Amino acid sequence: MHYILPNRKIKKPENKNGNSYRKGDLKSALLFLSPTLVIFSTFILFPVFFSFYLSFQNWNMFGGGSEFVGLENYKRMLQSDDFWLVLKNTAIYTIGTIPLNMALSLWIAYLLNRKLAGKKFLRTAFFAPVIVSPVAAAVIWRWLYDPNFGLVNYAIGIFGIDAVNWLNEPTAAMLALIIMGVWKTFGINMVLFSAGLQGIPDSYYEAAELDGAGKWAKFWHITIPMLAPTTFFIMIMSMISSFQVFDIVYVLTSGGPLGSTKVLVFYVYEYAFKYFEMGYASAISYFLFALLFILTMLQIKYMKTKVYGAM
Amino acid sequence: MNNTKTIKVWNSVKNIFLHIIIYALALMVLAPFIWMVLTSLKDMSDIYVYPPKWLPDKFYFENYVNAFSAAPFARYYFNSLFVAFAVTLGQMITCSMAAFAFARLQFKGRDILFFIFLGTMMIPYNVTMIPSFMVLYWLGWIDTYYALIVPGLASAFGTFLLRQFFMTIPRELEEAAYIDGASRMQVLIKIIMPLAKPALATLAIFTFMGTFNDFIWALIVVNSEEMRTVQLGLAIFRDRYISQWDLLMAGSVTAVLPILVVFFFAQKYFIKGITLSGLKE
Repeated sequence: MHYILPNRKIKKPENKNGNSYRKGDLKSALLFLSPTLVIFSTFILFPVFFSFYLSFQNWNMFGGGSEFVGLENYKRMLQSDDFWLVLKNTAIYTIGTIPLNMALSLWIAYLLNRKLAGKKFLRTAFFAPVIVSPVAAAVIWRWLYDPNFGLVNYAIGIFGIDAVNWLNEPTAAMLALIIMGVWKTFGINMVLFSAGLQGIPDSYYEAAELDGAGKWAKFWHITIPMLAPTTFFIMIMSMISSFQVFDIVYVLTSGGPLGSTKVLVFYVYEYAFKYFEMGYASAISYFLFALLFILTMLQIKYMKTKVYGAM
Repeated sequence: MNNTKTIKVWNSVKNIFLHIIIYALALMVLAPFIWMVLTSLKDMSDIYVYPPKWLPDKFYFENYVNAFSAAPFARYYFNSLFVAFAVTLGQMITCSMAAFAFARLQFKGRDILFFIFLGTMMIPYNVTMIPSFMVLYWLGWIDTYYALIVPGLASAFGTFLLRQFFMTIPRELEEAAYIDGASRMQVLIKIIMPLAKPALATLAIFTFMGTFNDFIWALIVVNSEEMRTVQLGLAIFRDRYISQWDLLMAGSVTAVLPILVVFFFAQKYFIKGITLSGLKE
């Protein structure tokens, strides 16, 4: 999933009947758009509607017919303890990652926004976790979290903290997942914050200096408010992607121990592709879709009124 | 005089301190990678030691050979690269064509269609994955290259990215070509695409990375060992060799290497892509 930055203007091509207008544009357009339209209708548009339909069905994947069950799947979902557990886990993961992630990425972007030796290397280093495969990253972190020989326990041992059985205790496993999640994704937000910081005109800081503002005053009264649109954008994006975390969960903890790191998409995956209960799985995925949709709309609305309104 | 000197000294101390902090942070972020590479070169006797030993007594390259014989990683590699190249090439073609239609052609409903396109970027993957799987099942494509490649052959993000770039290209060059009798396809291929190389490079790198790193889709549509991609193969490998860290780290190095190499040489395109859009995790 991709999102377009809030402050990016979407230009419309000129609709003039001048030189660029040619006969037969509609025919050519159909030709040029056909490959994309075929793939999109088959793998995006049809699925969006079909999974809505599925969510009201008791669907047997491999023959045996299917039946309309009304809201049964949704009812079952709301009555299932497992569902509430995975929802809670997903929320904990989201709430745990986002503040850490944003604080770290803003801090690093802020540090990188000045004269430094080897800036290019530093940027590459901080961004590297973003681009590597989540599967390999999770395998590496399993080794780092090894209770006996892992680097993480060694590192905390230096500060006198006892060894933790990271991936085998419910609370520790969630914390392990959050730490790894932050490491894996803060680079994206760092780049976005960097772009935001570079967009703040130097003259604002210079004016504040003339008024005798110190470093912190400048940070709180210029940097933070000027970054508001970027910050809100990052928050939406991070929430939406945290709610859909899957790969690193699958490889790092497989949802365990005792379901303590089982998240929504993992639950959908299990019901759809382990038990082949397509109807029930679709109901859960539609619930997630609705949740993300409401979130996005609320945030976009908030962004338009509060942030742009204030500036 | 003395005062300015103190300020200067103080500033350079602060500057050194800043460098120490940021390089320490960078080292912490890179530590997992360094540890992965070092572990992949160690004998088990150097791995199971406490406190951990950074450098092995002897570099043990056999781990790579052992990992590649413990699982058909060469085959996984071929699959991953084949699928990633096919999807990348396909998207460059389909997205260029669609972007051309949206940027240059006049037809009814164009702008509405384009905004629907943009809207589809908000649809989460897990909503479409169940019916997409069913479509592939009905087509009899489960566990084939088609299943791994065809759904990725179009992209709203790619179309958007290229359309925005195409619109910045001045029309004069095209007008001359049209007067000389060129068709729209020729204009796209011979004039617009060569001028849009930076945008195409960004799209290519993003698509390649996304496809090479993809896991969930391969997990869903692949059953047989011969069709596994590197990521799926590694995930299954980790189930089987739970704490064989020598082999697992050798496998991980192979799974991250191509992307790290591409990233190292084409970093600016990654950064550009990120700032143009948010990146999916």
